[in-house]
Amino acid sequence: MIKPEDDIHAATAAADVEEPSSAVVPAPALWKPLGWAKSNLFDSVPNTILTLLALFLLWETVPPLIGWGLLHATWSVADGTAGACRDSAGACWALMGEKNRLMLFGVYPYDQHWRPLLATCIVIAMLATSAPRRFWRRELGYAWLAAIVVVAWLMWGGVLGLSYVETGLWGGLPLTLGLALLGIVLAFPLSIVLALGRRSNLPAIKAICTGYIELVRGVPLVSVLFMASVMFPLFLPEGVSIDKLLRALVGITLFTAAYLAEAVRGGLQAIPRGQEEAADALGLPYWRKMRLIVLPQALRLVIPPIVNQFISCFKDTSLVTIVGLYDLLAASKAALADPEWRPYFVEGYIIAAVIYWVFCFSMSRYSQWLERQLATGHRR
Amino acid sequence: MSDAPVVELIDVQKWYGAFHVLKDVNLSVKKGEKVVVCGPSGSGKSTMIRCVNRLEEHQAGRILVNNIELGDDLKAIEAIRKDVGMVFQSFNLFPHLTVLQNLTLAPTWVKHVPKAEAEDLAMQLLERVRIPDQAKKFPGQLSGGQQQRVAIARALAMKPSIMLFDEPTSALDPEMVKEVLDVMIELAGEGMTMICVTHEMGFARAVADTMVFMAEGRVIEMAPPEQFFSDPKSDRTRQFLGQIIGH
Repeated sequence: MIKPEDDIHAATAAADVEEPSSAVVPAPALWKPLGWAKSNLFDSVPNTILTLLALFLLWETVPPLIGWGLLHATWSVADGTAGACRDSAGACWALMGEKNRLMLFGVYPYDQHWRPLLATCIVIAMLATSAPRRFWRRELGYAWLAAIVVVAWLMWGGVLGLSYVETGLWGGLPLTLGLALLGIVLAFPLSIVLALGRRSNLPAIKAICTGYIELVRGVPLVSVLFMASVMFPLFLPEGVSIDKLLRALVGITLFTAAYLAEAVRGGLQAIPRGQEEAADALGLPYWRKMRLIVLPQALRLVIPPIVNQFISCFKDTSLVTIVGLYDLLAASKAALADPEWRPYFVEGYIIAAVIYWVFCFSMSRYSQWLERQLATGHRR
Repeated sequence: MSDAPVVELIDVQKWYGAFHVLKDVNLSVKKGEKVVVCGPSGSGKSTMIRCVNRLEEHQAGRILVNNIELGDDLKAIEAIRKDVGMVFQSFNLFPHLTVLQNLTLAPTWVKHVPKAEAEDLAMQLLERVRIPDQAKKFPGQLSGGQQQRVAIARALAMKPSIMLFDEPTSALDPEMVKEVLDVMIELAGEGMTMICVTHEMGFARAVADTMVFMAEGRVIEMAPPEQFFSDPKSDRTRQFLGQIIGH
C-alpha cells in the first residue's frame, strides 16, 4: 500500500523526469496511485512486460517465503526434540531455542557459559559507549583498559575463583568478536605505518613496505592462517609453542593491515601537496606533520574503504575454522551435527547470517554517521 | 638595516631532471631588507624562494640563512624553518582546524608554547590582520582574502625574523588583493625582512628596497626600485615591465 505522501513525491518526481524544463503543474490524474503506476510502470510495451514479469516473480517467491518462514514455522518445541518440526512444512526456528548456547559459545564448558556471555555483553556495551563523540575522552581509554582486563579474566579464568579455560575451548560469538576487534585494532596502526612507509623517500623503507603489502595481498587469508598454524610452529625451537588463537590473530592482523594500508595510502594521496609544504614551512617534524595535519584529513576521506575492510575482516574471521578454532559459523555448524536437528541446517545458517549481518550493518551505519560528524571542518 | 646578510644565495643551481631551473643565482638579503622578485612564469622565481626554506633542494652552490648553511642536516633545516615564515599562493590553511587552531598549532607543537599563551598571541595576530571575529570558524568558511590574511598570521605566530611570500595575491579575486597587500605593507613598515615573489608593482614601489628580475632561471637585473622602474638596464626587463605595467 502506497502512503499518500510517498505518492505525491513519486508523482512529482515522475513529472520532473518527464518534463524537466517546464513548470507545468502535474495533471490531477498523476496524483493518484493508479496514474502513477500508469505513467511509471505501464508507459510502454517493454515496461509493461517487465512490470508483469516482476509481479509474477514476486508472486512466486514472496508468499512461499512468508509461509515457510513465518506462517508455518515452528517457534518452539516442548520436548526438546525436533519432532514438531518434522510434522510442519515451515521453518524450524525452534532450533534457535534448543541450540543457541552451542551456536553462540561453541565448545566452551557448558556450565560456564555465563562467562563468555557476560564478556560479550561487556564488549558490546563498551562499543556502544565508544560510539558517540561526546564520550571520546581520556576516561574512555581507562574504561577500555578495565574492560579488557575483566573480559580476559572472564574468558581465561584461573584466578579469583574462576576455573581455567584454555583458548582452544573458546568459541562462537565471543571468538568471532574478539578476533575481529583485536584484528582491526591492531591492524589499523600497522596499516598507517605501512602506507606512510610505502610513500617514504627512503628506498629501503619503501621497498620493505611495498614488498610486504604486495606479498600479503597476493595470497589468500586461508593460506596465511594455514601457514601461521601449521608451518610457523615448525620453525620454533623445541618446547616453545605459541597459542593457536594468538597465531590466528596475528595472521588476521597482518593480512588485514596489508589491505587497509592501501586504503590509507589512497587517502594520503588525496591530500594536496600544499598541506605538507605548509606544515614543513612551519617547522613541524615528520611525525607531528603526519599526526596533526595529513592523517586527520586523509583518514576522514577514506572512512568508507576502511570500514569496508573492517567488515571484510569481521566476516573473514570465519576462516579460522580451518585451523581448528570454533568461531560463530563453525560453532553453528557443530550445533547442526546433532542428527536430530541436522535437517534444519538452512535455519541454522540463516540465524548465523543474521548475527553477522547485525554487526556488519551496525558498522556500516556507524561509519556513515561518523563521516557526517567529521565533515564539519569542510562545511561552508 | 644592518649590513650582515641574513639570507645569502651563492651560485645556486637546480635541475628538475634535465631541466635547468636555477642558473648561477646569487642573492643577498640584509636584515630588514625588502626584496621583491618578479619575472615571467617559469622563470624560477618561486623555485628560488622555496629553496630558501628547503621546500626545494638545490643541487649546487650554497644557501645560508642566519649564517646556517642549508644542506642535508635536518636539525639545520628545522632551525631555519622556525625562523622563516612562508605565505603561499594557495593559502594552504589546514581545513580541518579552526582559524585559531591554525595559528596555535605550530607554536604549541614546535616551540612548546603553553596553550593559553599561544592563543593570546594568535588573537593579537588576528587583530593585526583585522579578522579577530573569525577565530572560531573553519578556513572553508572564509573568503580568499581572509584566508590569506589568516595564512600570514599563521606564519607570524612562529615569530619569524624573515618572511617569504610566494605570489600571495595571485589566487585572489581583484577586490581582495588590497586587503592582503595592506597587511603586507604594514608588516614591511614594522621592519620585517621580506622576500616577495609578486607581480603587484604598486606594492613593489611602495615597500621594496631591492627589485630582482628573473627570466629563464637567471637573475637578469637587480636594482633599487627607482632605478629598476625608470631606467632598467636590460632589454628583457624593459620588455617585461612594458607588458605588465602597460595593462
